[in-house]
Amino acid sequence: MESKKVNWPITILLIICSLVILFPLYLTIVTAFKSPDEMSKSLLSLPNKLRWENFTEAIHLTNFFQAFKNSFIVTIFTVVFTLLTNSMVAYAIARNMHRRLFKFLYYYFVSAMFVPFPIIMLPVIKQTSLFGLNNMTGLIFLYIVYGLAFNIFIYVGYIRSIPQSLEEAAYVDGASTWTVFWKVIFPLLSPINATVGILTCLWAWNDFMLPLVILSDRDSMTLPLVQYVFQSQFTTNYNLAFASYLMALSPMVLVYIIAQKWIISGVTKGAVK
Amino acid sequence: MVKQSKVYYWMALPAFLIFFIFHTVPVFQGMMYSFTNYKGYGDFNFVGLKNYINLFQDQRILASYGFTFKFAIVSTILVNIISLAIAMGLNAKIKFRNTLRAVFFVPNILSVLIVGFIFNYLFAFFIPQIAEKLGITSLTQNILGNPDLAWVGIVIVAVWQAVAFNTILYLAGLQTIPTELYEAANLDGAGKWKSFIHITFPLIASFFTINMVLAMKNFLMVFDHIIAMTGGGPGQSTEAISVLIYKGGFSGGEFAYQAANSVIYFILIVVISVLQIKFLQKREVDM
Repeated sequence: MESKKVNWPITILLIICSLVILFPLYLTIVTAFKSPDEMSKSLLSLPNKLRWENFTEAIHLTNFFQAFKNSFIVTIFTVVFTLLTNSMVAYAIARNMHRRLFKFLYYYFVSAMFVPFPIIMLPVIKQTSLFGLNNMTGLIFLYIVYGLAFNIFIYVGYIRSIPQSLEEAAYVDGASTWTVFWKVIFPLLSPINATVGILTCLWAWNDFMLPLVILSDRDSMTLPLVQYVFQSQFTTNYNLAFASYLMALSPMVLVYIIAQKWIISGVTKGAVK
Repeated sequence: MVKQSKVYYWMALPAFLIFFIFHTVPVFQGMMYSFTNYKGYGDFNFVGLKNYINLFQDQRILASYGFTFKFAIVSTILVNIISLAIAMGLNAKIKFRNTLRAVFFVPNILSVLIVGFIFNYLFAFFIPQIAEKLGITSLTQNILGNPDLAWVGIVIVAVWQAVAFNTILYLAGLQTIPTELYEAANLDGAGKWKSFIHITFPLIASFFTINMVLAMKNFLMVFDHIIAMTGGGPGQSTEAISVLIYKGGFSGGEFAYQAANSVIYFILIVVISVLQIKFLQKREVDM
């Protein structure tokens, strides 16, 4: 059977292509561990000895743990509340699509996907400071609200594929709509919750634009924003900068290494829907 | 069931209200401001269509549209070609498939801003150093410092980052094609290229549509890359529309003017997305 044979030319070609991805990451790691002197000799070589001072200095300069904590809190709260609230709204819409109001709500939320954030950026800046939301709470709140457009789209598609017979059985037993949603439907949503959770997590963790325009207080800055704010102080010392970048990137990379298959399938499902 | 229906309102209407206040109201506020001379603070008056008339005569605005479209079109085409090629490679009978797939997906989980910072350094030091050794004089300078070439640097980073997501999507599409189809085509004497044109491409047409529309829309909204790499410079050669809105509206005292710019930008994005979907879906049917 010829077709079972491993296609080595393509395998090798792909390995070479993957170097394009890996090379900048390799460079980030070695640069983070070198001293400026070593850099001037060769950019590419491995460091002679691991310079951990780059990291301690970067932690000190950027107040890394504060920023890490902020990013962590923002991401966790955003993901948890997005899952709990957005799925509930989608459930109400999905089970009432035959009613005009809910049908309208569906199209209302989904059409908001066409409104890019830069369009509403300027009014939102004014609004958040007016409501006292120019802080981490506001950031979490806006992620949950803005997520509705896309999440309703994928949740409704999924919920409508769940047969109603299960719910009807629960209603016959005297359960209320709340109980039915939390006890019967929500557990069934796990696959799509995973998708929404992963996409929301990546968004909240990596987003730069929303923190940039609404966070004003230095103590509440998230990791990407901190890298931006300290950029001007990094230009003289690239090793310090790269130590800082590496620390900012690595939490998500670690999560990815552990849950790689899960993350890829979650992202794929979100896009194919 | 009829008695329960009130609960559904309680589930959906608060979300509607909040979304309306924090998303729809800003859309209308932006439109309202676009007809005023508001600076972002203080009093303002309605000035009719003045902002819109000025927009179309403003070289800086026109240049930002020119740059954004050039960047978005080139990046969309490159990303789709490269990611389709990689996806087909990953779908072949290769070794280490899962590992390679995992590696190609890595850029999608990284912060665009930080990736931009890292590439900044590549363009500033690494590439010039290599170019000097190889004697390629045109690349011995940082391309991000060259007004004619800086956009290429941004395209490279954008493509590097965006290929990950589109590859995974194409791979999902390719995996829906039964291998028997290729075997049958093979028996009929169809070559690789013919199989691609007549089997692969028509069957993944819907994935092609999603990828083209999503990529184009994302690239038209480019922001992080620019802020990380050039800040819009050198000069104003890489000033994307969203960057201009941010800079002019946030700190440049052009709140109302950039609000008008946002309205035009919004209309353009909607029109382009709808046209793309219409055009590409029509082709899906034709094939």
